[in-house]
Amino acid sequence: MAEFTLPKNSKISQGKMIRCSEECTNSRMFHIYRYDPEKDDNPSLDSFELNMDNCGPMILDAVLKIKAELDSSLSLRRSCREGICGSCAMNINGQNTLACTRAINDYSADIYIYPLPHQPVIKDLVSDLSHFYAQHAAIEPWMKTDSTVSSDQERLQSVTERGKLDGLYECVMCACCSTSCPSYWWNSDRYLGPAALLTAYRWISDSRDEATGERLDELEDPFKLYRCHTIMNCTDVCPKDLNPAKAIAEIKKLMVKRKI
Amino acid sequence: MDKNNLQSDLAQSKGRGSTNDGTLHFLQQRITALALIPLVFWLCLSLTFLPETDYFSLISWIQEPINSILLVVMLIAGFYHLQLGLQVIIEDYVSSDSIKLMSIIFIKLMCIFLTVAGLYSLMKISL
Repeated sequence: MAEFTLPKNSKISQGKMIRCSEECTNSRMFHIYRYDPEKDDNPSLDSFELNMDNCGPMILDAVLKIKAELDSSLSLRRSCREGICGSCAMNINGQNTLACTRAINDYSADIYIYPLPHQPVIKDLVSDLSHFYAQHAAIEPWMKTDSTVSSDQERLQSVTERGKLDGLYECVMCACCSTSCPSYWWNSDRYLGPAALLTAYRWISDSRDEATGERLDELEDPFKLYRCHTIMNCTDVCPKDLNPAKAIAEIKKLMVKRKI
Repeated sequence: MDKNNLQSDLAQSKGRGSTNDGTLHFLQQRITALALIPLVFWLCLSLTFLPETDYFSLISWIQEPINSILLVVMLIAGFYHLQLGLQVIIEDYVSSDSIKLMSIIFIKLMCIFLTVAGLYSLMKISL
């Protein structure tokens, strides 16, 4: 059956608490999920109080400050710190988002930070996304053509045709959408999830691609595609303001269109 | 990580491939849902505005040809929709392949039985 409770070794206990060392009037408390696979302990929730007067404005700034000044063992992924690489995706106060583009002031009280939900945790805020990336590879996200053009020619696309890719190509594969989807939680072994399906639709709607039929054949499956029940969590959390739910609906429309 | 499973991530995500199925189920679920909207309204309104609510006036209401026909349509659409919807719920939440298969067969047979029982009852009243 689908798992509705955490297994025994995943129950989270209260971890250490580190308070502001100096007399600070402008402080915020960050509670961060900790898990070390090299220890037998259950995961814990460590609390860190930060002085906001000398901390950057974004959640990522606070987490990096904690790592730099309070606990260097804290593990997380980050790279561009401007919402382009998609590395610092984590669950902040119950919502998946990028830590680098989410401001601390978006929240009024304590901030709770967990890794992306329902993925195996490698350490602390680093979740194992191997299967997520493999699903992306499985939809073959590259242009497929049978026709040939000579090396001095381009495959042309009208402005309207190019416009159809807006809102699709911008995905940074942060996995916020897929890991917020209950259908993906229960059936990620077979359901491709919103991120992979958004990219699949990006190639289906590319006028230069000549494998639309094959792509639709590959997606037409009760699990690969039709596990999407339009819950819309994917669209709600997407830090790039994309709409994977609409892309999935468009794929379903194409499936119906080619049947009638 | 399962130490007995050294299959690559790509092989696992490709799984057994596509079944080329699911669109008809998706379409039928929506068509039956759309059909049920006016039918449920009709049934509720008709029963609400029945002048008499005793056994004999209800039987004579069912015996009206238009009511009988609409009840037959509603019965078939309702149980078909129920079967399609329950199948989705089972596929969502039951991960054991054998329990999943047995449950889907059971709800399909149950819905066929209930539809036939309903149609038989309607025929007995109407004809």
